[in-house]
Amino acid sequence: MSATRVRAIVLKELREYRRNGSIVATMAILPLIFLIEPLIQIFSLPAASAGTLLHKAPLLYMLGIPTLLPAALAAYSVVSERQQGTLEPVLTTPIRREEFLLGKALAVLAPGLALSYLVFGAAIASIALFAQSAVASAVLRAPELVAQLVFTPLLAGLSIWVGVAISARSNDTRVAQQLSVLGSLPAVVVTALIAFGVIRPTLGLALGLGAGLLFVDVQGWRFVSPMFDRERLITGTKS
Amino acid sequence: MNPDPSSAPGGKTNTAALAVEHLSKSFGERVAFRDVSFEVGYGEVFGFLGPNGAGKTTTVRTLGTLIGPTSGSATVAGVPLTPENGVEIRRRIAIMPELPGLYLRLTVTENLECFAGLYESPDPRERIDAALGAVNLADRAGDPCGALSKGLRQRVALARALLGDPQVLFLDEPTSGLDPVAARDVHELIDELRQRGVTIFLTTHRLEEAERLCDRVAILNTTLRMIGRPDDLRDQLFAKTITARTLKPLPDPDGVFGGVAGVDGWHADGSGGYAIAVSDSTVAAPAITRALVDAGADVLSIGESRHSLEDVYLELIDEDAELQTGPG
Repeated sequence: MSATRVRAIVLKELREYRRNGSIVATMAILPLIFLIEPLIQIFSLPAASAGTLLHKAPLLYMLGIPTLLPAALAAYSVVSERQQGTLEPVLTTPIRREEFLLGKALAVLAPGLALSYLVFGAAIASIALFAQSAVASAVLRAPELVAQLVFTPLLAGLSIWVGVAISARSNDTRVAQQLSVLGSLPAVVVTALIAFGVIRPTLGLALGLGAGLLFVDVQGWRFVSPMFDRERLITGTKS
Repeated sequence: MNPDPSSAPGGKTNTAALAVEHLSKSFGERVAFRDVSFEVGYGEVFGFLGPNGAGKTTTVRTLGTLIGPTSGSATVAGVPLTPENGVEIRRRIAIMPELPGLYLRLTVTENLECFAGLYESPDPRERIDAALGAVNLADRAGDPCGALSKGLRQRVALARALLGDPQVLFLDEPTSGLDPVAARDVHELIDELRQRGVTIFLTTHRLEEAERLCDRVAILNTTLRMIGRPDDLRDQLFAKTITARTLKPLPDPDGVFGGVAGVDGWHADGSGGYAIAVSDSTVAAPAITRALVDAGADVLSIGESRHSLEDVYLELIDEDAELQTGPG
């Protein structure tokens, strides 16, 4: 594994993101959707309703950002190169497919994490400043804050590998993006059910989910690499 | 250029930059190319010609380890063509595809920086400057590739192919879309690379380009139809012909040409024109001149008629088309 080659892919990707209007729009709009909805709910709650929040974890709803945003970005990773005709020149260099995929994944992870934590920080600051103090105390609890911090990269990792895998097997960017978001929905549903108190969050559940996600994140490239078939990607025909 | 052009892993040495033996590639039932064998030496410019769909690009992709062969074997830049040697082979070669495949939102320099990283260039800045200088693009280094013309994009792709300092450079239609001046620059660059010992594998439809640049050419039409120096291919396919033109038609051409040593036959070519098939033009041409003078003819011109590489190419491809159509 060459760090130089991985870095070359990451740098190129970040430069491309910056100049791609649709990616910038995706990065701007998706987090806002997940920020505004819980904030409206929390700000509209009177102090007397704070007790109802004790069995819910509304901030966990924002884990939808590290789940869906990386999925949407990762969906571009391989198929867009193929459609632009840039994949073949890259694959003629000494790069290994694992390096290519890791570079793509890291390039999605970096802005995904940055935006997720930024939006989460903005939400915490807004709640602390503008929500009823009883509501703010009920929402801003240490376990949820830790869960948010820990599960953000874990969920992003899962979404990225799902997105990259779908992108490697797709022929069309839009189809890849839709499938990738669909593929990440189960994780969004689980976090939403926890956020709205349907599934009771416990330490055991958190540890179990965390361990499972960590395993998938670390081993993800092993699952995704075999799906990256050079011959199929270049010629459209299975090897 | 990368050092050790003839050393292979394991200390084995190879004298050919490319050695291909009975290589075939099929996609299911469809045969891309079959039973192709040839060798290309270091520093040679090798032309690879053939009609659309003949398997040229698939051959390049196979030798470039982008796709695997169905059967046969090859050695590329001294390294056996096997899946596990893919990285080592790609380290020693560069491929410039027919479509430039540039990141259009990035500048020329940013495109090249990415590829310098992929080749792990120890001195990327110098390599990029040298590559841009080689294709006369230094003044456009900061322009987004999307703002460049097709010809300039082609030159960026060529600069990109030079970044890895390849031993073997595969060029797929390198002058496609270039104006005559830019095409001439590319030709000069190919000559310069040849002098530096870089092997050039040139796929082109421009037969005059192949004739001018290539030491040898191969004509592929799914199978390898012919391989050799352009002159040799002409000699193999066409009889040598001397054309003579006289002021007035000869009263007895048979009597004039029939007795000349080395003349295999003749036919009239317009009024006072004669195309004379010969086995050795260096012997026959002076003898024909003498025979014409002795016969009292006023000779306007006499010379060897040369078939172009295009004639060779068309002859072979037409033969294939006739075989496919079948007699009648």
